[in-house]
Amino acid sequence: MKFGGGLITLEKRAAPSPVMAVLVPVISVVLALLVGAVFLKLTGQGPFPIYMEMFSRAFGTRYGLSETIVKSIPLMLAGLGVAVAFRMQLWNIGGEGQLFMGAFAATWVALNFPDQPAWFLLPLMFFAGCVGGGVWGLIPALPRAYMGVNEIITTLMLNYVAILWVEYLVYGPWKDPQGYNFPLTAKFSAGAILPTLGDSRIHAGLLFGLTIAVVLWVVFNRTRWGYEIRVIGDSPGAARFAGMNIPRNILVVMAVSGAVCGLAGMAEVSGLMHRLQPGFSPGYGYTAIIIAWLAKLNPLAIVLVAFLFGGLQVGGYIVQTSGVPATMVAMLQGSVLFFILGGDILLRYRLRWRRPPDTTVKGKEVGT
Amino acid sequence: MNYDFLVAVLATAVVAGTPILYAALGEIVCERAGILNLGVEGMMLVGAVTGFIAALSTGNPWAGVLMALLAGGAMASIHAFLTVSLKANQVVSGLALTLFGTGLSAYIGKAYIGMPLPNPFRPVEVPVLSEIPFLGAILFRNDPLVYLSFLLVPLLWFLLFGTRAGLNMRAVGENPAAADSLGVNVFATRYMYVIIGGMLAGIGGAYLSLTYVPAWMENMVAGRGWIAVALVIFATWNPVNALIGSYIFGGIHALGFRLQTLDVSVSPYFLKMLPYLFTIAVLIFVTRKNNLNRIGAPKALGLAYDREER
Repeated sequence: MKFGGGLITLEKRAAPSPVMAVLVPVISVVLALLVGAVFLKLTGQGPFPIYMEMFSRAFGTRYGLSETIVKSIPLMLAGLGVAVAFRMQLWNIGGEGQLFMGAFAATWVALNFPDQPAWFLLPLMFFAGCVGGGVWGLIPALPRAYMGVNEIITTLMLNYVAILWVEYLVYGPWKDPQGYNFPLTAKFSAGAILPTLGDSRIHAGLLFGLTIAVVLWVVFNRTRWGYEIRVIGDSPGAARFAGMNIPRNILVVMAVSGAVCGLAGMAEVSGLMHRLQPGFSPGYGYTAIIIAWLAKLNPLAIVLVAFLFGGLQVGGYIVQTSGVPATMVAMLQGSVLFFILGGDILLRYRLRWRRPPDTTVKGKEVGT
Repeated sequence: MNYDFLVAVLATAVVAGTPILYAALGEIVCERAGILNLGVEGMMLVGAVTGFIAALSTGNPWAGVLMALLAGGAMASIHAFLTVSLKANQVVSGLALTLFGTGLSAYIGKAYIGMPLPNPFRPVEVPVLSEIPFLGAILFRNDPLVYLSFLLVPLLWFLLFGTRAGLNMRAVGENPAAADSLGVNVFATRYMYVIIGGMLAGIGGAYLSLTYVPAWMENMVAGRGWIAVALVIFATWNPVNALIGSYIFGGIHALGFRLQTLDVSVSPYFLKMLPYLFTIAVLIFVTRKNNLNRIGAPKALGLAYDREER
């Protein structure tokens, strides 16, 4: 393939370049910031001061750093959740809905057993969060596994249903009678609240995220099952030939994926908000998709990327006071993904300048 | 359910189905050429906001349509570059387009939220045809963009199944290597139809902000782009079926909306779930039926074409 009138040619690499695997994400983030700078400039803002403020406030102060970690918790959990499915090339776009259903199920436990101690309530809420998200992941997995129904669309449609379901509850039957008619549930009892680190807002959800990241890393890289889902994803034909049970794996993978996303919702209500309210997620389930892809589905890298994206989220809130819409962050995140996708070609191909390489021994014969 | 109510629901179904129809027609063209574009929702949002701004500042809704068309096409060209030239994963690239479009539209639309549009498209009664009993009131008392979609459906159908260009488009989607060896430019063909698809999605979005609402609200497309993607499967990649499907989906929207105005003791939140649940149900049903009839997506859909690997 040729670009720029044949000045640049692409040559397939035998193996993905390890240097580019690190370089491409870094360059992508820089380029995305440049795109953001153009938009900031167009709307009459100074990009450099805005970025400096975002960065220094999100990572440079004690408070900012703790808020960054707080925001990174749901991103990390949801990122890990969708990565499980992506690993098998199952496109679970339903992280957002699974997060809402996890929050719903955990809230149900908290509201129904208000007088129980934490040692009883918290594990039960943890379990409920996993079940809520897991079931929401399993619903689209069933038609996918047995009929081949496109999971992208079904998981996405269920996001809207889950969000409307939570809205129905907090505007209706679960509305706090003492809440001055605000759409909120009653505040959780002390036993239903996750412990925090010192007097900060960083809660035990961080431990869930870190633990699951390590567990998933081991599962993906050191277990038979981790290998199996990867093979199914890469070449379903070979997997079937090797006797792997694809439908059953689809169900298990989607349930696990949903459960981890559901845990993100549980951690948000139990660790941070201490109640259920509508719109508590500014699209964590969608940002999680970008995080998982940026981290190349490596669970440990997801922790790091989630931390950076948490900072981006915090920085975005802070610069709102300077008149920059917080939605700029969503735009930045989207453009990072574009550059990562475009940059991936550098992993698979080598750019050659001017003189095209010898093509006589390349590839297979022409025709089929 | 009396006569007037039925006519009202069906007329609303046509109006509510029109944005989905535009988007679905765009996605059909794109997928027929072998490229899956999951960025419909994002392209519709950008079309909605840019169209609204253009219509507001020029005072002419047609300027809005033109702007939305260009913006949708520009968005789609990013997807075309990534998936056709750079052979990026089409699923992820489309998702990126939706995420980017959601952020971008919210960013540029911030100052326009809640502003009324003084010059939206207004219904125009078609002489004679609008007097047809029953159908006239449903089909021929609409705004110009609805009539444009009436024309677009047979036009695209003819392009697909009646012309050389359509044959090439389908060949590129089914078997790009064969099309290439017959002298069809696979890359140019794919670029063209991905961009045309984006333009149609842009108009679909603009229909919401120029006629249906008419105003700009964040995330106003509310999943219609995704419903359009599902509809393409329902329509078995055929524009005429897409017309029928869009009005069925529009009808579900309309029914939910109309039922709220009656005295129905169902929570509005459940009524709002209807289109999404219906999409899932239809998708399951249609996938089963397509499997039985061996109707499938274009064979090369979602696969990058590499001349060196054919």
